[in-house]
Amino acid sequence: MKFRGKAWKYGDNVDTDVIIPGKYLRTADFKTFGDHAMEGIDPRFKPEQGDIIVAGNNFGCGSSREQAPLALKYAGISCVVAKSFARIFFRNAINVGLPIVEADVFDAIQKGDIVEVDLDRGLVTIGGKEYTSTKLPEFLQDILNSGGLVAYRRAKK
Amino acid sequence: MGTITEEILGRASGKKAHAGDFIIARVDYAMSHDGTSVLAVKAFKDMLVEKVWDPGRIIIPFDHLAPANNETTALLQKELREWAAAQKISHLYDVGEGICHQVMAEKGFALPGKVIVGADSHSCTYGAFGAFGTGVGATDMAEIYASGKLWFRVPETIEVTVDGRFPKGVTAKDITLRIIKDIKTDGAAYKALEFYGTTIEAMSMSGRMTLCNMAIEMGAKAGIVPPDAKTGAYLKDRSAEPYSPVIANDPTYCDSYHFDSNISPQVACPIDVDNVHDIEEVEGTHVDQVLIGSCTNGRLEDLESAASILKGRKVKCRTLVIPASRSVMLEAVNSGIAATLLSAGATICNPGCGPCLGGHMGVMAEGEACMSTTNRNFKGRMGKGADVYLGSPLTAAATAVEGKIADPRRYL
Repeated sequence: MKFRGKAWKYGDNVDTDVIIPGKYLRTADFKTFGDHAMEGIDPRFKPEQGDIIVAGNNFGCGSSREQAPLALKYAGISCVVAKSFARIFFRNAINVGLPIVEADVFDAIQKGDIVEVDLDRGLVTIGGKEYTSTKLPEFLQDILNSGGLVAYRRAKK
Repeated sequence: MGTITEEILGRASGKKAHAGDFIIARVDYAMSHDGTSVLAVKAFKDMLVEKVWDPGRIIIPFDHLAPANNETTALLQKELREWAAAQKISHLYDVGEGICHQVMAEKGFALPGKVIVGADSHSCTYGAFGAFGTGVGATDMAEIYASGKLWFRVPETIEVTVDGRFPKGVTAKDITLRIIKDIKTDGAAYKALEFYGTTIEAMSMSGRMTLCNMAIEMGAKAGIVPPDAKTGAYLKDRSAEPYSPVIANDPTYCDSYHFDSNISPQVACPIDVDNVHDIEEVEGTHVDQVLIGSCTNGRLEDLESAASILKGRKVKCRTLVIPASRSVMLEAVNSGIAATLLSAGATICNPGCGPCLGGHMGVMAEGEACMSTTNRNFKGRMGKGADVYLGSPLTAAATAVEGKIADPRRYL
């Protein structure tokens, strides 16, 4: 899987409450999560389809709410690149089919820069410079390639 | 041979488990509340699986927005009740029974040696009973509904030792915040915590639940207290099924921390849980609301300690008390604690999560501040533009008396 998009840059410990505030959780209509994505931290967050979030440590800390990765996905984010992720967010992102990559590119990037992510090769490219990222175990890559855990399980049936 | 987590996950996966291994573990109990069940059930249906793996091992408490706050929530809850009935899930605890983690403890599902997965980040609370309790999202929960199993990467474990007796006015919540201050909000990410030492041994089960509840605030996958005679006594006549306790066996820890219990009352200031200060540094900060409750500090012991300060006094700001369960509320009523709190001017709400996650029943206005016994002070957590300070029930009660952050030691 490869992605190319414009960067939205955030710091350390971006928590699930700012990704999608608690008051928006009570619906099964996933599109509305996208409308409120990152509302708690950045009211001007209006990504174009395919844009990429670049962040510091512990992205997605806090709640187990799966609406957090769903919100980013439905807002049009193709991939999140962070120094590290909170573990529940990490699982949830893979389960809903939102690709995530651990790479230390925070200092190398400005908001609006073009980021390229090659999931299979474990590479992030910014301004022609390549950075290595941690590669996911094969079975997690399979889940992502299927589009998430639900689709993965259906395909296995 | 390993940490408590390695021993439990090894048993649940049928082979030796070492930190770093990817394993598939059998899940003993799966918990999802009214909030997360909605997405979990949707994912389960989308998986095209017809029946849950074991309706007797799925527990669904209604606590996050219960009673329903509007028609959308009411409809989602109605659909959830109908699905649970159709799947013959007998352990559905409806409005008023209590907060999921408290219900899991009271009904005897939080048991030593078990693997308990909850669709709520604070499922690490079950570590107070020597269980491997961890939180996941809704789709993982759907996978458990379907198969009774889940993959895990076996975490490394950090050893945390706390020794000594608490000075007056200092409680399990204070040492918990003190530990978070040092380990930081991401210091235990992908790892488990094990708690040892004389302070932990002396802690009540309620205090141990407070401690393990906040393991996630350090990013931890689980926070575990080794089961002992106190655990056994709590579970007597309560455990949902037989259990065999697991302790560490010649473990290797990735890191060790040591704490002394001789500290001041602690307060976590906005907007990070590790922004922790001695009470002397924040005393006098104005608050508009005090909240005593939640899965962190809504138990009888917590209400009792708040009442010890509020007895014969009046609150100076709006003060909400939300018992963690019906059983806690009933005991508070029967023991006179509820009357003490009401006489002091507090409002007692129905058992549940209340405003902790900004859902309903006490959500704050922009520019307001709350002293709360809950577990998170994230930006916008209890309402956009409101500040949340975290402290113990004693600190919350003293703060209620003064309408500003106050040192509980002056009232004891």
